[in-house]
Formats: sequence, structure tokens, C-alpha cells
Amino acid sequence: MPILTITLFLPLLGALVVLFLPREDADRIRRVTLGFALATFVASLLILPRFEYGRREIQLIEQAAWIPAVGIQYKVGVDGLSLVLVLLTTLLTVLSVLYSFREHHRVKEYNLLFLLLETGMLGVFFALDFFLFYVFWELTLVPMYFLIGIWGGPRREYAAIKFFLYTLVGSLAMLLGILLLYFHLPAGQRTFDVLEILRQRPLAGTGLLAQLAFWGFFLSFAIKVPMWPFHTWLPDAHVEAPTAGSVILAAILLKLGTYGFVRFSLPLFPEVFHQHALLVAGLAVVGVIYGALVAMAQTDLKKLVAYSSVNHMGYVMLAVAAAAYAYGRPELADAAATALNGATMEMLAHGIITGALFLVVGVIYDDRTHTRGVEDFGGLWAVLPKYGAVSITAMFASLGLPGLMGFVAEFLIFVGSFSIIPVFTALAALGVVITAAFFLWTIQRIFLGPTNPRWAHLPDLDRREMWTLVPLVVLMVVFGVYPKPLLDIINLTSSQLVAMLR
Amino acid sequence: MARLAWLIPLFPLVSYGVLAFRGRSLGERAPYVAIGAMALSALVAWAVFLEQALGAEPFVWRAAWAVGGERVITVGYTVDPLSSITVAMITLVGGLIFVYSVGYMHGDPYYARFFAFLSLFCAGMLTMVLANSFLLMLIGWEVIGLCSYLLIGFYFRRRSANMAQMKAFLTTRVGDTLMLIGIMALFWQFGTVDYHAVFESVRKGAKEASAVVRLGPWEVPVVTLTALLVFGGPIGKSGQFPLHVWLPDAMEGPTPVSALIHAATLVAAGVYLVGRAYPLFFFTPHHEALVWVAWVGTLTAVMAALIAVAQDDIKRILAYSTISQLGFMMAGLGVLGYTAGLFHLLTHAFFKALLFLAAGSVIHAVHTNNIKEMGGLWRCMPVTFWTFLAGFLALAGVFPFAGFWSKDEILLEAYHHNPAVYVLLTAAAFLTALYMSRLVAYAFFGRYRGPEHPEPDPWLPEDYERAGLHPPGHGHHHRQPHESPPVMTVPLVVLAFFALVVGFVGVPGTGPDGGSWIHHFLKFEGFEEAGIHAPSFSWPLALRSLAVALAGIGVAWVVYGLRWVRSEQVRAWIGPLYPFLRHRMYIDTVYGWVFVRGGLALATGLRWFDVHVVDGLVNLVGWVTVLLSRLHRLFDTYVVDGLVNLVGWATRGLGSLLRPLQTGRAYNYILVAAAGVAVLVLVSLWRL
Repeated sequence: MPILTITLFLPLLGALVVLFLPREDADRIRRVTLGFALATFVASLLILPRFEYGRREIQLIEQAAWIPAVGIQYKVGVDGLSLVLVLLTTLLTVLSVLYSFREHHRVKEYNLLFLLLETGMLGVFFALDFFLFYVFWELTLVPMYFLIGIWGGPRREYAAIKFFLYTLVGSLAMLLGILLLYFHLPAGQRTFDVLEILRQRPLAGTGLLAQLAFWGFFLSFAIKVPMWPFHTWLPDAHVEAPTAGSVILAAILLKLGTYGFVRFSLPLFPEVFHQHALLVAGLAVVGVIYGALVAMAQTDLKKLVAYSSVNHMGYVMLAVAAAAYAYGRPELADAAATALNGATMEMLAHGIITGALFLVVGVIYDDRTHTRGVEDFGGLWAVLPKYGAVSITAMFASLGLPGLMGFVAEFLIFVGSFSIIPVFTALAALGVVITAAFFLWTIQRIFLGPTNPRWAHLPDLDRREMWTLVPLVVLMVVFGVYPKPLLDIINLTSSQLVAMLR
Repeated sequence: MARLAWLIPLFPLVSYGVLAFRGRSLGERAPYVAIGAMALSALVAWAVFLEQALGAEPFVWRAAWAVGGERVITVGYTVDPLSSITVAMITLVGGLIFVYSVGYMHGDPYYARFFAFLSLFCAGMLTMVLANSFLLMLIGWEVIGLCSYLLIGFYFRRRSANMAQMKAFLTTRVGDTLMLIGIMALFWQFGTVDYHAVFESVRKGAKEASAVVRLGPWEVPVVTLTALLVFGGPIGKSGQFPLHVWLPDAMEGPTPVSALIHAATLVAAGVYLVGRAYPLFFFTPHHEALVWVAWVGTLTAVMAALIAVAQDDIKRILAYSTISQLGFMMAGLGVLGYTAGLFHLLTHAFFKALLFLAAGSVIHAVHTNNIKEMGGLWRCMPVTFWTFLAGFLALAGVFPFAGFWSKDEILLEAYHHNPAVYVLLTAAAFLTALYMSRLVAYAFFGRYRGPEHPEPDPWLPEDYERAGLHPPGHGHHHRQPHESPPVMTVPLVVLAFFALVVGFVGVPGTGPDGGSWIHHFLKFEGFEEAGIHAPSFSWPLALRSLAVALAGIGVAWVVYGLRWVRSEQVRAWIGPLYPFLRHRMYIDTVYGWVFVRGGLALATGLRWFDVHVVDGLVNLVGWVTVLLSRLHRLFDTYVVDGLVNLVGWATRGLGSLLRPLQTGRAYNYILVAAAGVAVLVLVSLWRL
């Protein structure tokens, strides 16, 4: 059974079904969408028993010819890295769709776009053909553009266009990089097959061309991550996007960038990346500290969480840069693998934790208070004990409290990277204090202190909200206490990458 | 028994789970869950401890927790004399404080939540103590930091409590981050964070020349730098200078919290860690990391004792006293008094918890923290008074109370290994006796100077309503304070008993080899290798420290008890020193300006930079692109299209110019052709 293809196209099928449902029947549209999202989640879980835990290489490959004349094919597969990200995607889509049951505006288009978006994201993680990859990469842009532009806040058009154009500029740079790779293969053997290109590394030793291709990919991924200073589309997009859109944007779309760095930049251009690793590490450290400081100065909760993403993605990039810097030094292989494990773990942790944080903001903003100003609250813990407990847990997870998932990721990133680039890592570790400061201050302003009488009678979390938030909290705790099952999967890819980088 | 040690933190953890999810429905019965769990935990802990005391082998258990390439990072627990005696102390003191809290917190609308947090705290603390690696230690370490945060701010409606809890978490996190960097450095050097493996490597590495790092003009050995970075954690957690500022503010929490967390256990975690990681400090060139530990401890001991003399809040005095005593412990460890420092940790836990609980009993009765508004309490609160007195004598170091034995050990080690530290610590011991006597004189003697304004209830009526309780009546503050109920006084009596006897394990002759039992039980193997022997007990020195303590008590008695000299007069004599001490040496003020305001200003500045510069550039690029495309349109309209039109226009113009020639008449063409031929003929003739 081609389980990857089924997982990949189930949401698309769902989108087609939704297309033929009458638009008046909003309830049925929602239920069908949730059904397809759940089915996709189950399908992605079914990959687990088929996955061989001893194999480091990409496996479960499914392929078919597509445009053989130019060497384009349909080819998908998974390894430790993509498998965990696929699971993250399918889970968060389910929760986002469930949360979005409260959306009443143009329900049909909304749900249709969500399913389309899911296929796009899954495709990016599954694709093993550059052309296919590029198609899915661009496919993720369109639904998100509309989600922000139609269901967003007051400045939605500006934010949507900024998001679209900014990332599109990056994508084009990557396309040039892909074409450079393609045309450097010997004529007659030209292919877009990722595995083949990774094996041949057509640009190795070409100097300027390799540099150009590296920076092309870099621009595209760095904008997506987003790395400092390419991050300014993110707060705008987050503030304007509807809650579920923010969740997917933070939890999955940002990971496309870091996934690209790990999957392509590292193994395709190891020498070039090695040359520029310290520059990238520097940008990452700036992102960590700058993101945390700017988050501290925010009064809009969504912006605050958005900047905390800049901060956290900085940790991921620090680890990736460390792994790149370890190129050619076999004695650092284990440290590099540890750092990459941490990076992947941080992608998951950030997805789960920041996803939860955006839901937490949405819960209070969408239906209850219609304000996101940090200063407008106070003493909410007394009024909303369940909501308070969930939010405070998520915030502590985000600031890296041991026992929760964020800590595992940060710990591995730090101990791994320190062996390779100690000064940068020590600087980044100082960011941990600032992150703690702004989250504690936020907790204090929202949940502690005297209760703002305006909110004295808010209802606590309802059943559906519990269903969207509790799974995330459970995952934070479970993998915070015992991360080994996840790390066993992730470590396969990290070890493989490190072996390629020797 | 050691194989069951994992149960010790598990019981309170389960209790936390039960109380967190079912606490509300348990209501009044919530404490029994927590106390039951602590009792079970104490049972196992004492069994494990006794087994170790009878000479069982240390036991370590590990399991894989994370992987990185080929490496495996493990977690697990270790049972040895140090961890077993510490968990025995924690479960005993913790259990008593739980019982006391039943009375102290009774009627609080968040009763179950309080016991839930206390249980989680104990789980974290016990995990931290039993951990076998820096990783698991760090996990427990941060969990107790979280609980400390939650419990300091337990009265979460109070702004001052909110500020205090943030200050505590952030200040300790500064230290924790340094420690985290230290742990990274350990992983870098040894590829592991397991205690056993790290310490073995350090011990072996001590014989080789150490690698150095250049820090500006200094060359620091890597091992020393690592040890000092790790020491950052204990500096924060154990309230050592310069990160001590959070601890006095932490007294915003309910008093049982102050007793358990901010006197007996959490703050001792740093001292425990230095003891646990002693090889890391000891095996540095010339034990230089320990010298740093000794000086930080000594400085802290003197500084905090000085500040304590000028404070009026009973809990704040005790808090500064705790800081000072933690300084003693650090100094003890630093002057090669491994046993002495840890012994003081154990005795201090009992008598300081006692002092806090007794202070809580006082506050419960008089509704104020200010010792100048108390007075004469010995008559109306006899149990509280006598137990407090026991704690006071132990802390002041009066024979035969516990503090006498353990503090004397530290002074003895300092006398032999670092005379300067000895002198300063003796001064701190004098100050300790002085400020404690001042406290006792103000609070328990003289006449009652009751409060005008009783502490306002931190909760609002809604809080009680939600918990299904009636808010306590506001008109009922008694003019005459009265003794607390037995649920509070019985723990006091038990702790007072321990404050008297627990020091006897340090009496010479109690051990099998003629020394004291504690020296036999808690010893550091590295000393033997290095040929360092613990100095043996000396009566002259002990009498000297006793004399110092009595002198402190005497001086205080003259000023505050008998009032032969008025305290105002003393203040006048010392001049600006008094406001300096009263305002905590202005350390908090400076931090507030530099870090809090400075940090916020930086954050606000960067936000401006982000919106106007970084995003400004992005928008500029967008704007320039739009502008360019407009220019392009003009260019397109007038230049590109213009050229096309120009070509067309020129062609047409040329055509119209030539049009007259195209007459369509044959004779015209023939005429032209003939003329042409004629011209050609003429030209060719000419050339010939």
C-alpha cells in the first residue's frame, strides 16, 4: 500500500469533496474536513509500523514517471527528519481544523484551503524530486495567502501581500539554485531526483557557481525560517492571520525553512556552508537575543509570540550552523549529531509549544475579550483556572523549563553546538534569561495581580478548546520527560547527515 | 533498599498529580494526600539512609534518555552517604512543614493548590538530590525553581508578591544559565554529563597539565573555568553574593514556604551541588576553584549578617540570616571542609526551618512582620517562645545546640586552611548572635506594642466564594496574641528537639575511629589521595567561638534587652553605615536601574529599530520596486514604445517625402532612367 502517497493526497481528496458540498451546510463541511484531517493523521501514523528503525537512509520510496523528457518524476519517501515533521503537520492540522469550528465566514473556502495547505506542507516533507518539491513549496504559499487575506485582521491585505511577495522572492532564488544544479549534471543524465543530485553534488568544486546556488537556497530558507534580518514579515502575518492560520504558520511553515537547511543546504553544499557557518551562526545568535528583547517590548500578545518564534528558530539555526562548521572534522561528529538532534527536536517542540501559544491567544481573543493587549488583562488565573494552567504550562515550556519539551531541544542544541562553536553558543545561552524574563512578565501581566473587573465573568475553556489544547500539553510533558522514542527516529537522519559531512 | 530509591521522589509527584487534577473536590482533605505521600517517601528515604549508615555500598542506576550520534545520554539515580542523608533530612523536615501547613493555611481558598505545589517541590528537590548526572540534576533544579516561583507568588493578587516571584526566578536563572554553559563545557570536554564519568575524568586529568583559555589578560585553566561556571548555579540558588537579592524578597510567600524552600531545602541545593560536584572543584590546579568558593561564601556570610542587623521584618532578618549561613557552608566547603560545609547544611535545615515556622506562628498571632510591633510574646506564646529560643541558640552557635557543632567545624577548617577566612567568619558569627538576640529581644521581651493595621487578607471575597468558603471576618483581630493550635506547635517541638540533638553526630568520639560519626560517614575520597587530613576537634578553638557567640548575645542584650544604651545612640555612632545597611547596601537599587530599567530600555529601543529600520528597509525595497515599475511604465510608454512609433513615423515621413516621385506615368520613369544613364556615361567618360 503506497502509504506516503495516500497520506499526501488524502487532504487534496478532502478538498475536492468539500468543493462539491453545498456551501449552506457549514456544519457538514466542518465535519467532513475534520474527518479528512483525522484520516490523514491516522494514515501518517500508519507510516510508523512500516518504518525501519535501523535504516538511516530515506526509505519507503514511492515513485512514478512524470515528465521523463527533462528528468522530472513523482518520487516521495521519508527518513527520521521528515517522518517526525509529517506527524507534526498532520496532528496540528487536525487541531487547527477543530479549533476553526468557530469560524463562520465563508466556511467552505476556509476549510478547502486548509486541506489544500496540508497537502502542500506534506508534499514539501515527502518530495524527493526538486521539481516536485518546488511545486509543493509554492503550493503552501497560495492557501496561506488567502487565509490571511480573507479571514485576517484589519491590515490583512498588507500582511498577506508582504508574506506572499517576500517568500516568493526567496523561492525564485532557490529555483535558480535548483536550475544551476540541474544544468551542471552531465547532459543526458540530467535529473531533478534529489537523491541522485545529493549523491553527485554537481556543483562541488565549482567555486562561484556553488556559492551562488548556496546563497540562492539560503535566501529562500532564511526568509522562511525566518532568520534575522529577514523576519519582519512574520509579526505582520501572525498578527493579521486568523488563529488557526497563525498556528499552522508558526508550527509548520517556519519549519519548511529549517527543514530545507538540514535536508538540502547541509549535504549539497557542505564546503560552502562550512565557509559561511560562522556568519550564519552569528545571524542566529542575533536572532536569539534580538528576538527575545523585541518580544519583551511588545504589548500585542500575538506579536510577542511571533518574536519568540524568531528567538526559538535562532536556536535551530545555531545548531545547523554548528553542524556545518563541523564539516571535515570527524572527531566532532557526535557533537554535530547531537546539535542536529536538538535542532530537529526544537522544530517539533516549537511547533507544539508555539502552536499551543497561538491557540491560547486565540481562545482569549476570538470569542471572549477581542483584545490582545498584554496590559488589558490581569488576575485571569483566578477567573479561568484551567485556561491559566494550560497557558502557563505552555509559556514555561517555551522558556525552556526542564521536564517540558523545549528544554530537551535547547539542551541538546547547546551541548552539541558548544563543542563546535563555544562562544556563539554561550552567547545564545544568555538569550535564555531574556526569554524567561519576557514570558514571566507576560504571565504576571495576564494571569497574576488583581483581576481586571471587565473580565470577572469570562467562561473557562469549553470542551472543544480542551480537545485542541490538552493533546499539545500532554505531548510537551511526555516528550519533555522521556524524549528518547522521538530522538531514536531523529538520530537516524542526524547520524546519516553527519556521516555525509565527514 | 537502595533499589527502591526511585520511589522517594515518585510519591510526592503522584500526590502533585492527584491534587492538581482532583484537588478541588478533595477540599479539606487535600493535605492528607500530600502528607501521606511525604510519609511514605520519608519511610523509604530513612530506610535507604540507615542502610547506608550501616555500611551498604553506594548504588547507581541509569537508563538511556537521549542520543546524539553514537553517544547516549543517561538519566538515573545514585544512592550514597551524601544523597541518602540529604533525602532523609528533606523528607523529615518537609513532612513536619506539611503538617504545620495544615494549620497555617487552613481556610485559604487555594488550599489544595498550595499542597499541590509543595508536593511538586518535594518531588523536584528529591530528584535533584538523587540524580546521577548533571542533566537530571538540572531538571530537578529547575523544577524546584519553578515551584519556588509559584509559591513565592502564591498570594498572586499581591503586586509585591508578583514582583518578588519574578525577581527570584530571573535572578536564579542568571546563575542557572552560567551553570548550563558550564555543563556544556563538561559535555565538550568529556562527552558526557554523568557524575561518575565526569569526576573520574577530572581526577585523572588533574595529573596532566591543563589546557588554558585566554580571557583578556588572564589565562584560565579550562577545568577551573568550567568549575566556576557550574558554581554560577549555586551562587544563584543558594543566595550567594552577587545573586542573593531575590531571597529576602522571596519572603512574600506563605511562611511554611519560607521554611521549607527558602531556608531548609531549595537554597541548600547549591551547597549540596558543590558538595556533590566536589571533585570538579577540588581537582583544579592548586584547588583554585575552591578558593573562589571560599571567598564568595565568606563575603556573603559577612555581608548578609551586616544587613540583617539593620532590618525590622522578622522574616527578612531570617532570610538574611539564611544567606549568611549559606555563606558559611560555602566557605566551609571552600576551605577544604567538605564534611564541615555539608554538616552545617544538615543542622541548619532543622534549626532554620524551626525558626521560620516559629516566626510564622508569631505572625499568625500578631498579624505583622515587624519586630518593633511585637514584644512580650514569651508570656502569651510559651511553646512558640521556647522552641524559637532553641532555634536561636542553635543558630547563634551556643553549646550544645546543633549549630555549635557544625559552625565550629567550619571555623576549625578555616583556621587551618585559610586564616583570613577564619577571621571574617568569626566576625560573621559574632554578628549572627547579635542580630538574632536583637530579634528575640524585640519580639519576645519588653511589652506588647501591637499593630495598628493588621495585614490585609491577600484574597478577595470572590476567591473564597469560588472555593465555597466564607471569607474570615474582618473585625476579629485580637488585642492579645495567643498560642497557635497543636497542629502547628507539635512540629515546632519536634524540630526543636532535632535542633538540640542533630549536632551530636559531630561530637568527637562518636565515630568508629575516634573522630565524629559525621566525618566517618560523609568523607571525600580525594583528600586521602592528596594527603589532606581533616584537623581534629580542638577545645580552645571551640571555646573561642562560643565566647564570640556569647559576646554577640551580650552586646545585643545590653542594647535591646536591658537598653543601657539606646539603639538610636548606636545608630548615631555608626553614622551613614546605618542607612547603607538598612537599604541592603543599595545592591537591589543598582540592579533595578541597570538590569530592569536598562533591559527594558534596550528592548524598547530595539522594537523601534525593528519597525523603522529592519522593516523599514523591507518596505523601502518594496517601495523602490513599485517606483521602478512606475518609471518603467513611463520608459515603456515614452521610450520603448516611442522608439517603435518613431520608426513607424520616420518610415511614413520618408515615404511621404518620396511619394511625389511615384507618379505612375511611364514617360516620367523613362525620363529618369535616361537621365540616370546619361549621368553614368558622363561620370565614366570623366574618369577616363
